[in-house]
Amino acid sequence: MADISPTDTRAYEAEFADYVELLKPGVMRLVVFTALVGMVIAPVPVNPVIALASILCIAIGAGASGALNMWWDRDVDAIMKRTQGRPIPSGRVQPGEALAIGLGLSLLSVMLLAVFANLMAAAWLAFTIFFYVVIYSMGLKRLTPQNIVIGGAAGAFPPLLGWVVATGSISLEPVLLVALILLWTPPHFWALALWRNEDYKAAGIPMLPVLRGERVTRRYIFGYTLLLIPVSLAPSFTQIGGSLYLAVALLLNAVLLAGAWRLLIRQESDRDADNFRAEKRFFGFTIFYLFLHFFMLLVESTLRAFDLSVGALPLWF
Amino acid sequence: MAIHPEHELHTRRKGRNVAIGLILGSFVLLIFAVSIVKLSRPQSVDINAPNYRPPVEATQ
Repeated sequence: MADISPTDTRAYEAEFADYVELLKPGVMRLVVFTALVGMVIAPVPVNPVIALASILCIAIGAGASGALNMWWDRDVDAIMKRTQGRPIPSGRVQPGEALAIGLGLSLLSVMLLAVFANLMAAAWLAFTIFFYVVIYSMGLKRLTPQNIVIGGAAGAFPPLLGWVVATGSISLEPVLLVALILLWTPPHFWALALWRNEDYKAAGIPMLPVLRGERVTRRYIFGYTLLLIPVSLAPSFTQIGGSLYLAVALLLNAVLLAGAWRLLIRQESDRDADNFRAEKRFFGFTIFYLFLHFFMLLVESTLRAFDLSVGALPLWF
Repeated sequence: MAIHPEHELHTRRKGRNVAIGLILGSFVLLIFAVSIVKLSRPQSVDINAPNYRPPVEATQ
């Protein structure tokens, strides 16, 4: 007698981990961290339960936009080496499922944040999801080589979301943090794009190195690094910063600038010789750079809470 | 040949169901905790409530 197993003919049925992967847990981690910092450094204390619930909503909102991004980009994801293993191109999750999960979780996260925190935080979360999915993924990404400059804004909003959860309003400090991530994104991604150029070219995504060439990209990386420096130092002179933050930020910026300069003067023969070693190191350092900036804001906030702030700086903003 | 009730597909489905069950359970707990926090905040509407606090202008 033949083995009766009617389900054998069905397509692969997703595991729970496949759905988790659809929510881009790596991006979620960064979102949770920056949103948490935004919330902790805000001048209004938040009840820990409300804080946890709100952070969860922000993380789910970020995950939902990740799922919608994967749903929209499934054609190019299947072409690029870096993204071929994602749940949709690898056939583990059906596109329709990703769309349903993305839309469902987007709605749920926004509505719950309105209940848990406040309407303004919910409105900003909705705007962030809209910005990432519609403006970046569906619009700019395939249209302009400046895609990530504007698209970076979506990744820049979480600290502002955290701040708005706590205070219910916006002030200069969270806007500076948004600007910090916004200006950090181009050098970070263009460094990656330099050695992933072939991937983007194959997928037809107009990344800067694809369209304008490597030399121009290196110039842009250096230019954006110069713009980033004053923005990264500015929080030192607001109520969220301090001299410790300033000292660390100065050091990080010096290393970043040196790295950007090294990329600027490198020739094609150099990067062929060491297989983009400097570009990869620069890319890695940018992650550490951003993490440490936010970590230092946490340190400053903790010191202030215990009245242990060292070397007070004038408040310029 | 026997019908195998524990096909690999069933294990996968079971894992998914358990995970969704746990998430729903945590969600219920979260809503409960948030409700407790929100309801225990001082309020100035119900004079008989244990968390009643007179409005600011009335205390001055």
